[in-house]
Amino acid sequence: MPETATSTIDKIAVNLSINGKPCSRQVEPRMLLVEFLREACDLTGTHVGCDTTYCGACTVLMNGLAVKSCTMFAVQADGSQIITVEGLEKDGKLHPIQKAFGDSYGLQCGYCTPGLMLSTHQLLSENSEPSEKEIRKAIAGNTCRCTGYMNIFKAIKLAGRNIKGA
Amino acid sequence: MYPRSFHYHRAGSLKEAVSMLGQLGEGAKFLAGGQSLIPLLKLRFANPEHLVDLNFITGTSFIKEDSGTLHFGAMTRHAEIEHAALAKKIPVLHDCAAGIADVQVRNRGTIGGSLAEADPSGDWANALITLDTMVHCLGPSGARTIQLSDFIKDAYTTALAHDELVTEVEVKIPPPGSGGAYLAFKRTAPVYPSASAAVQLTLAGDVCQDAAIALGCVGLMAIRATEAENALRGKNLNDETIATAAEAARAAADPQTDMRGSAEYKRQLVVALVKRAIQIAARRARGEQVEGAHLYA
Repeated sequence: MPETATSTIDKIAVNLSINGKPCSRQVEPRMLLVEFLREACDLTGTHVGCDTTYCGACTVLMNGLAVKSCTMFAVQADGSQIITVEGLEKDGKLHPIQKAFGDSYGLQCGYCTPGLMLSTHQLLSENSEPSEKEIRKAIAGNTCRCTGYMNIFKAIKLAGRNIKGA
Repeated sequence: MYPRSFHYHRAGSLKEAVSMLGQLGEGAKFLAGGQSLIPLLKLRFANPEHLVDLNFITGTSFIKEDSGTLHFGAMTRHAEIEHAALAKKIPVLHDCAAGIADVQVRNRGTIGGSLAEADPSGDWANALITLDTMVHCLGPSGARTIQLSDFIKDAYTTALAHDELVTEVEVKIPPPGSGGAYLAFKRTAPVYPSASAAVQLTLAGDVCQDAAIALGCVGLMAIRATEAENALRGKNLNDETIATAAEAARAAADPQTDMRGSAEYKRQLVVALVKRAIQIAARRARGEQVEGAHLYA
């Protein structure tokens, strides 16, 4: 960890639920939620992209809502329910959103995909049949540098149909 | 990127937050939604010794209507305003809330935090300045209420004392026959707009009885384009008067060349945004349901 003088800073207890499992840690206040997930919890599916609140690669769900985990401190997630990409799969079966991204070729390098899938999760939990306009608005905070987005739109529509049909 | 180390304090009430900040002194700051402050901390443009987190205080996030006025708790998130049926009573507020940055930022960012930060490119101050808006504040010596135009003093500067915070934003619902629109142009969703225009018109038939026009991102704070308002007030609303108002808005804008565009480009944007916002505001004043929102690719 960079910087000195950390010994005088009190660590703070954080108790939260991550992907349905309780988690308790003592953290430095300045630890970002994304670093907490990756470094303290070994959940490296949540990515650090721009680290400036722009790209959305670090998107996770906090109490069902998409947030940029690079723009929150871990201490602020105290008492909350966090879902990361690792929490989408159930009993070895891919979540319909994960399956749709694969089936529609909605990714290339995959770096932005975890964040995109969690933004999609919030969208589809509110509206399983989004229009293209609604999809664009819902993922406007997620940057993809490979796909050109067209297959991502297809994946989100397919995921909505899969969830509705399930 | 890690911010410089700081001590973290969680306030249980707004009153406690104020007294904590007073005790901790000049090196302490309030943390609201954090969508501007946390990036600043990470870049080490701000290096507070203490942060007093307001996010765990209950009862600070609400939208209420009371005798012709909407009240927003300071910690009400942009997304809550975007989705609230009550906020649609003042369409400018919905336009503004629904287009701030992106879903993730709207889920965290707050109306009170946005006003207290007073970023010249922020959305809320520009949208709210066209309305009768009061900012309720709480400090060590008690509560006070400040008209928004007196609250914002300069870029990143408000009437708030160091240990004073916003508790509530109060907006008067415009009379029947009044319509408003807020349009902002940004290059992509997560960035600040290059320019924005807020318009509130009160019409009697085709005659504009009252007009409020404000420009954002083109000065150190939101600019009331009073000459543009005069170009409409008492006049018939038509292409000619709208064009005159838009040209007056161009003259009122005082933009700077930066990575979002040249000053000349921003003036041109102001003309287009004011024209469109007037047209949407007029249609809404006549009772039409028209969509208005942030524009981006």
